[in-house]
Amino acid sequence: MTDKRTVTALSLFGLLLLWFAAAALTADPQILPSPAALVQPFLREAASGELPYHLSQTLIRVAWAFCLAMALGIALGLLMGRSERVDRWLDPWLVVFLNLPALVLIVLCYLWIGLNEVAAIVAVTLNKVPNVATVVREGARALDPQLDAMARVYRMGRLTRLVHVTLPQLAPFIAASARSGVAVIWKIVLVVEFLGRSSGVGFKIHMFFQLFDVAMVLVYALSFIAVMLAVEWAILQPWERRVRRWRTA
Amino acid sequence: MGDPATVGAARAALADRVIRVNVIRKTFGASVVLDRVVFDINPGETVAILGPSGIGKSTLLRIVAGIDTAYEGEVERPAALAIVFQEPTLLPWRSALRNLTLVHPGLSDDDARAMLGKVGLGDKAGLFPRQLSLGQQRRLALARAFAGAPELLIMDEPFTSLDPATAEAMLSLTERLIAEVRPATLFVTHARSEADRLADRILELRGAPATLAPHLIRNGASS
Ligand SMILES: Nc1ncnc2c1ncn2[C@@H]1O[C@H](COP(=O)(O)OP(=O)(O)OP(=O)(O)O)[C@@H](O)[C@H]1O
Ligand SMILES: [Mg+2]
Repeated sequence: MTDKRTVTALSLFGLLLLWFAAAALTADPQILPSPAALVQPFLREAASGELPYHLSQTLIRVAWAFCLAMALGIALGLLMGRSERVDRWLDPWLVVFLNLPALVLIVLCYLWIGLNEVAAIVAVTLNKVPNVATVVREGARALDPQLDAMARVYRMGRLTRLVHVTLPQLAPFIAASARSGVAVIWKIVLVVEFLGRSSGVGFKIHMFFQLFDVAMVLVYALSFIAVMLAVEWAILQPWERRVRRWRTA
Repeated sequence: MGDPATVGAARAALADRVIRVNVIRKTFGASVVLDRVVFDINPGETVAILGPSGIGKSTLLRIVAGIDTAYEGEVERPAALAIVFQEPTLLPWRSALRNLTLVHPGLSDDDARAMLGKVGLGDKAGLFPRQLSLGQQRRLALARAFAGAPELLIMDEPFTSLDPATAEAMLSLTERLIAEVRPATLFVTHARSEADRLADRILELRGAPATLAPHLIRNGASS
């Protein structure tokens, strides 16, 4: 009975039981409502259209920041991994940005760019680019020089080479940074919304925080966790399986 | 294309295209590996290079192919090159068919299939390189090389680490394809028998730093 799915299900069920027990012991729905007490507010919020609207706002920001961070991070990592000179010059920047707290970047972006959508997405993107670049750089350093020589001798075009020779070699590194990227980005998006947006899950959590409405904070947070898990299962994992097909075939 | 005068002129231009290799010096750090390696290859001619392990044969091929440009001297080579490395060096994440069509964008799927058929991989078009045996991977690399109708074909020990029967099959396949496509061919081998079989002319690298041995061997007879 050590089936992985069974264990996962049992483990999550245990967490739910713990929550029920804690809520019963606390006996104060203001502080910790029981899971059952969330069902009504969830349905109300979903029916009114509020919940789907704010979930989608956050999801759009996550998607933008994710795509931008991946594209920039891959380009930067590839450049740095392939050229020692570029690496020497840009590595200190990477170290600085890696060590800059997310909150500082967010506040600075809002101060410099303004309290708008662009600032929000730039802040999240800048938070993630250094991680992606660092991971992809490792991959770029490990690129097979023989394949590179082959591609050059046969004069393969730049785009063909990128898509069919270089990126497939980087795929494990891209997948790793994408997985950790999604996990980090949506959390930062929530902070960005909390601090300076008037829509999205982070904004709603800010609002209910000021109203001391723990139930609604949990409704929004858990709903978005569910959305992100769905993205992971519906998009990221199938994509990973597809690019790994040649290894397992 | 049908105009006989144009075709004739194109043939003449092709015939003029002798491949000239003039490597004055090649060093790795302080050690000189190649010293005055100078020779020509005529269109359609097959030249073998013999020499002991570590003398600089692969280094020379990399220079001729234009992969290594850090040397003293010059090489005149045609644009249509093909190379067969000691390792098959395929794209493991693309099918056998795509390994041909991606490298040669002008090649139609049908032509690529026909080429696979010629090297005995007709029923393997959809398989990934991992799903092929080493001998089959080598044949795929050979198909890739000939599919572009190269003017110069460079091969680095293409028949090693195969069992004798497979090596023999590869050798006669290569012989057939060379006869059909007629590229100028430069190949490296350890085995004198392979050189005798394929080459019009055999060059030998010798000494440290390596240089061409003064004698030429033509069709197995010293001259
Ligand atoms: N990238 C490199 N850096 C430093 N030295 C190198 C490099 N590549 C090759 N050499 C040296 O150059 C010499 C020739 O190497 P090369 O690979 O050309 O030999 P080879 O004749 O092809 O040998 P084999 O028959 O074993 O393949 C060797 O001494 C090798 O150590
Ligand atoms: Mg060698």
